Amino acid sequence: MALSNNEAKQRSSKHDTSRLLEYQRHDGPLNILGFWIFLATDLILFACLFATYLVIRTHVDGGPTDKDLFEIPGFTIETLLLLTSSFTGSLAVYEMRNFNKKRLIGWLIVTVLLGIGFVGFEISEFVQYVGDGATMQRSAFLSAFFTLVGTHGAHVSLGIIWMISIIRQVVKFGIEPINARKVFIVGLYWHFLDIVWIFIFSVVYMTGVVS
Amino acid sequence: MFDRIKSFASDFFVTGEPMIYASDVAIVLVLAAIIFTLTFLKKWKWLWREWITTVDHKKIGIMYLVSALLMMFRGGVDALLMRTQLALPDQNLLDPEHYNQIFTTHGTIMILFMAMPFLFAMFNIAVPLQLGARDVAFPFLNAVSFWLFFFGALLFNLSFVIGGSPDAGWTSYAPLTELGFDKGPGENFYLLGVQISGIGSMATGINFLVTILKMRAPGMKMMRLPLFCWSVVASCVVIIFAFPALTVALALLMIDRIAGAHFFTMLHGGNPMMFLNLFWVWGHPEVYIVVLPAYGIYSEIVSTFSKKKIFGYKTMVISLMIISVVSYFVWAHHYFTMGASAGVNSFFAVASMLIGIPTGVKIFNWLFTMFRGRISMKLPMLWTLAFIPCFAMGGATGIMLAMAPADYQYHNSYFLIAHFHQVLIGGVAFGLLAGMYYWWPKMFGFRLNEALGKWGFWFFNIGFYVCFMPQYLLGFMGMTRRVSTYSADTGWTDFNFISSIGAYLMGIGFLFIVVQVLYSIKYGERDLTGDPWNGRTLEWAIPSPAPHYNFAHIPEVKEVDAWWGMKERGESLVQLNRKKKFTPIHMPKNSGIPFIMAVFFFISGFGFVFGWYWIAALGLLGVAICMIARSNNRNTDYHIPAEEVEETEAAYGRV
Repeated sequence: MALSNNEAKQRSSKHDTSRLLEYQRHDGPLNILGFWIFLATDLILFACLFATYLVIRTHVDGGPTDKDLFEIPGFTIETLLLLTSSFTGSLAVYEMRNFNKKRLIGWLIVTVLLGIGFVGFEISEFVQYVGDGATMQRSAFLSAFFTLVGTHGAHVSLGIIWMISIIRQVVKFGIEPINARKVFIVGLYWHFLDIVWIFIFSVVYMTGVVS
Repeated sequence: MFDRIKSFASDFFVTGEPMIYASDVAIVLVLAAIIFTLTFLKKWKWLWREWITTVDHKKIGIMYLVSALLMMFRGGVDALLMRTQLALPDQNLLDPEHYNQIFTTHGTIMILFMAMPFLFAMFNIAVPLQLGARDVAFPFLNAVSFWLFFFGALLFNLSFVIGGSPDAGWTSYAPLTELGFDKGPGENFYLLGVQISGIGSMATGINFLVTILKMRAPGMKMMRLPLFCWSVVASCVVIIFAFPALTVALALLMIDRIAGAHFFTMLHGGNPMMFLNLFWVWGHPEVYIVVLPAYGIYSEIVSTFSKKKIFGYKTMVISLMIISVVSYFVWAHHYFTMGASAGVNSFFAVASMLIGIPTGVKIFNWLFTMFRGRISMKLPMLWTLAFIPCFAMGGATGIMLAMAPADYQYHNSYFLIAHFHQVLIGGVAFGLLAGMYYWWPKMFGFRLNEALGKWGFWFFNIGFYVCFMPQYLLGFMGMTRRVSTYSADTGWTDFNFISSIGAYLMGIGFLFIVVQVLYSIKYGERDLTGDPWNGRTLEWAIPSPAPHYNFAHIPEVKEVDAWWGMKERGESLVQLNRKKKFTPIHMPKNSGIPFIMAVFFFISGFGFVFGWYWIAALGLLGVAICMIARSNNRNTDYHIPAEEVEETEAAYGRV
């Protein structure tokens, strides 16, 4: 461990080593602040989708309601997968701080796999609903449901592609300020999606099941 | 086969209107002329290297400005067509369908493709220079924003000759815009053109907020920020919190139209009012997005041309921030007549009136700054002086509209039309023109001719009042907006005729501005000092046009009007050049990716418009590849050698 630490310090000797690796290059703090602000815009985007969902949640037009549709095991597994992936994502950043390239890559891969598992379960859930005749075109409630949950799923899918691209860069360039910034930012994105999911879990699924 | 191609072409291209055939010919001729000129002068490489791939905020600013002026021309022609149609009763110049298209494109273009890019031109040109920075926080993203706006606007304007223009008003209310009522691709052009350029606007908001928070010169605390930069902060905050709502509104309507969902339909439980809510949650803050930077421009100009420090700097900042927050709580005043409860309407009425207070504070501060100042009546100041009474009047009629019970009388009448044109032209367009005149020497290195500009100013101003004052009265007489014609016994003929004369006077004013620019390119007075107006902020401390790297040495800021303070102490940046060694300057590299990525966005948007999903998917794939390519590129910046900096400064005579 000590060795790899020294090695990394040597490599970043040009930069201000009193700061965390991701803040050492001049553009690190800029990009990270910019990304926080981007997350604010994304949060508003989801807020608008949630508002729409809440307004037309009961507009089922004689079709299936949320209570008819949601099955507890399905969304529980999805939740567990995504929450665990958020934890493994944090472990990846932790290992990055330790300059352990192998473990960083390992945890990122685990995170991606859990993400893929989440998306897979979500797709199978959607396919099942559509098979039961609960399509997006059936009622306003279903339009809002598929759009809200689907937008989150699309975000996760994009995050998976993004993370794979970053894994490739970590393999190629190692742990240095640019990659550290990228890993940190994709981590922010991933945790953000986790938080949005918690809202989906409680506002969409829990409320649906108990209503 | 031939018949099939023929029937496809007659759907694909807009046919049957002589005006549109004339435009087709004009578009082909202009394109041919541009291609010929560029080839003849061997300028293709120059265009690619110097402009299309640039990440320099000054050049991006100029491209925004040129696009905005072109769009002002198109939107202005739309306006003149409407006024010509309405000048006399029972006219047939435009049939009702065509009239619907014209007012839709006029509104959309003037707000989204004229005011926004004009504003971003001012952001780009002035903000980094005022901060003492060498570029914005994310120069690459800045280029992406510009090209997204450009291709979004192109997609929207293409509807004029291909597929047909949108015709449901710039607000595009559901359920009128649902597939059942509005089949054509026109509405899709609106949804996608606005969506694509909206992504760019959101990125600009993030970019400039980070720039101002993180890239100020040493010593420039937030409370030493030039007021224009403060107004950009306020505007960016509103962009960041309002634009996502537009994204959602447009996306959901799009999903309704292409996937057959039921968000805003009349059937299967849809709720059309939800679209109005989402639209105006963005739409009302949007008018503050465009007017706040105009306030900033006025503040700079009033202070510079009165040769006085701005009166009440702190209250100016506070009122800007109050406006940006309260602007989120007024949106329902666009439909008091919807039938919400008295409580809801009262809340939004009171919030709308509250905004008048910080705005009033600002007006008084501008007046007090001028009080006992030595005012010089140059063009920027002239437009600022014209703004104050015009905006005060527009504000007063705004308060009338904000009273919910009274609004039942004014709602959707010409009174409303006159009101929002008075605040948007008198507030925003005057401000943007004032800003253009103010920073023109900094952009191009020469001044615009004052005499021609004054002709333009008087024609535009007198034209404005002649055009819009009668419209208030027409509103009282019961004329509603968006009517394509009227009969003589309504008694509206006289005022409509006067109003149309005013519109033409404004058109002549615009022509004078065009002539002024063309004349000044050749004969304009060169600005050799870099400080033509005896300015107060840092952009005037460097030569005009600013060198590529802006500041050879970043100055230390000690007070609000940094450059004025330096001048009073007899300091200058030339001294800094003499005192300090030149060092290499770190700059971002040019990149073709923003342009290519925006082209893919355009292709994808075009595919969605016509429901050709394989083209849409191809475009999105291209966008993804561009992003991955950028992410993997490590060769994104370079250093300008110290000798080159020294040579450049020497060429300006500043060593």
